[in-house]
Amino acid sequence: MAEDATTLLKTADGRPLKAALATAQARSRRRAFLLVLPLLAFVLLTFLIPIGYMLKRSFEHDGFSANAPALVQWFAENPGFDPANPPEAAFAALVQDLAKMQADKTTGMVGTRINYTVPGTISLFKSGARAAKDLAPPYKEALLAEDAKWGQPALWRGMYDASSTYTGDFYQVAVDRKLTDDGWARGGDKERIYVYLFVKTFLVSALITVICLLLAFPVSHLLATLPMAKSSLLMILVLLPFWTSLLVRTTAWIALLQEQGVVNNMLVALGLVSDGNRLSMMYNMTGTIVAMTHVLLPFMILPLYSVMRVIPPSYARAARSLGATSWTTFRRVYLPQTLPGIAAGSLLVFILAVGYYITPALVGGADGQLISNLVSFHMTKSNWSLAAALAALLLVAILVLYWVYDRLVGIDRLKFG
Amino acid sequence: MALPTYASPLERVWYYTYLTICVLVFLFLILPVLIVIPLSFNLEPYFSFTEKMLALDPDGYSLRWYDTLLTLGHPTADAPRDNAWWWSAWENATWVKAAKNSLWVGLWATVLATTLGTIAALGLSRPEMPYRRLIMAILISPMIVPIIIIAVGMSFFYAKACVAPDSAVGMITGTFLSTKGCLANSYLGVIVAHAVLGIPFVIITVTATLSGFDQSLIRAAHSLGANPRVTFFKVVAPLILPGVISGALFAFGTSFDEVVAVLFIAGPEQQTIPRQMFNGIREAISPAILAVATILVIFSVALLTVVELLRRRSDRLRGVTGR
Repeated sequence: MAEDATTLLKTADGRPLKAALATAQARSRRRAFLLVLPLLAFVLLTFLIPIGYMLKRSFEHDGFSANAPALVQWFAENPGFDPANPPEAAFAALVQDLAKMQADKTTGMVGTRINYTVPGTISLFKSGARAAKDLAPPYKEALLAEDAKWGQPALWRGMYDASSTYTGDFYQVAVDRKLTDDGWARGGDKERIYVYLFVKTFLVSALITVICLLLAFPVSHLLATLPMAKSSLLMILVLLPFWTSLLVRTTAWIALLQEQGVVNNMLVALGLVSDGNRLSMMYNMTGTIVAMTHVLLPFMILPLYSVMRVIPPSYARAARSLGATSWTTFRRVYLPQTLPGIAAGSLLVFILAVGYYITPALVGGADGQLISNLVSFHMTKSNWSLAAALAALLLVAILVLYWVYDRLVGIDRLKFG
Repeated sequence: MALPTYASPLERVWYYTYLTICVLVFLFLILPVLIVIPLSFNLEPYFSFTEKMLALDPDGYSLRWYDTLLTLGHPTADAPRDNAWWWSAWENATWVKAAKNSLWVGLWATVLATTLGTIAALGLSRPEMPYRRLIMAILISPMIVPIIIIAVGMSFFYAKACVAPDSAVGMITGTFLSTKGCLANSYLGVIVAHAVLGIPFVIITVTATLSGFDQSLIRAAHSLGANPRVTFFKVVAPLILPGVISGALFAFGTSFDEVVAVLFIAGPEQQTIPRQMFNGIREAISPAILAVATILVIFSVALLTVVELLRRRSDRLRGVTGR
């Protein structure tokens, strides 16, 4: 019925009203979108494409596939070969490729690619390539006589995997799986460094989130219940650290917590700690946790405060007047109303903590490093594909958390100051 | 929260405990920021208070670490301080050069982020904006995605984002790019990287300002005969200006404090203050860093004051009382 009525209505120039309205709406949608378009294009070019490119690098490497054509072709023709005992033809192709690598100076690239999955092979490829042109058939015996490592089933598996440009190998390595003579297998407990560091990063981030929540809750409550003039003044104490350079705050914590630092000197002067037993609070996990808590605390206080500010005090008074104790009032009436703030602050702090880099790098020492620092470590060691795979895993975790944040809190509710 | 008159003794005890906890948390927040100020006047190369400093003896304090900021990298540091000396410091001193780089990069990154961000925020605040939620999520993501991931992606991609230096495009853009014509190792690369990192802050502050914006003001302007251009400059712009400026300050602050992207994509030419500090903290840590830190704290106090004044002005203009 309603539809009939609108189709019948006409605008002044005789077009159906519904069509005219749809055109007008489409035009205003287009206009709004055009305003956003320049920024979207900028972000796409300078941010999204670089991240996409990194993801591509995490499962693409042509170091071997582009420089060992004979072996790549042999693998393509014989996919079901026995890695434990490759035939003479495979060795012939390998020797041919090794000679070519030596001529093209690509041994390093090939060795780097194979080294990801079968560690210690860069030197093997280098010496093999040097010797290749002097080898005579039968190549199998000749190459094995050169170095018995050429017979390793793991190496042949690794070369077979590397013969295709696209591979999931780096992800296998990033979750601590090892290429053994029998194929991919879970690494030994001592070799599970990446998974261990991922777990450690999440646990430390959770711990920091909890500490931040415990510290932020009373302060936010005080700020929210004080009269505006006083709370604005106290808010400066929260906002000043928030605005202060991260490096300044990290430097300050080094000055405070190192062995000859302010806190240790004070403890020694007070006689609480003897000069020989100064506490080591810096360049270890303690340093990372303390400094990160300080850096992230404002991100917990601000969302908590903005939620607490609008909780009417009359609810708590009503509960008290109805006979609830102060503890019951807090637990049953006040706390549930602060949950949106707790969720917003905790998720934000957790997300930021999981990806933290600078503070652990500067004050973490050996055991206070997090997953970001490992990514950086592999970047500086030129293990780019592994760095990209680790970063991709971290990115997936962050995006899941970001999605949860958007569902629970809504990104448009983010605010500062 | 004042204590109600009917509070029991236990509640009184709890109330004072609560106040003590609050005071301790505030001290935890503010002391580390303030402690660097007196420490930067240390006469000795230590990161701790000397006995003379604790006794408030003027002999224990000095400006030598501030002096280092001018003399480090100065070719004739010990020469008499005439005009030529000061000019040379301006040209050669490591920290001065880093400060100039930081300001230069920060300025352009801010201009880029604020212009694009404000226009986009105007579109995002329109009720008819399609895919609003998704686009917001994309535009805010540079703040959420760990900086190391951004830096790694950029370092891979910016090394490939090149133009031939002798081509027509290369001639025009060449001065902003590296000698190979790439975004990596260039000022432009650092500027766009910092602009991307500043965009979320501009989007958040400007959309927050626009959320309280009374759309009927635009209709009123139109009905009084103003065309869209006049409406924007005479009605919309003055009202959102405080939000735009605080967004710009956030973007500038982000760039001015950013080190990871610089470490991964910048060349030796683009030495900024945070990078210099980062290297300084990693290698030989000297109180000169504390002197820089003190200057930066004063800088952030100034930024914070401006942002706070702008926020109040914006609230007043929009008729918002309280928070």
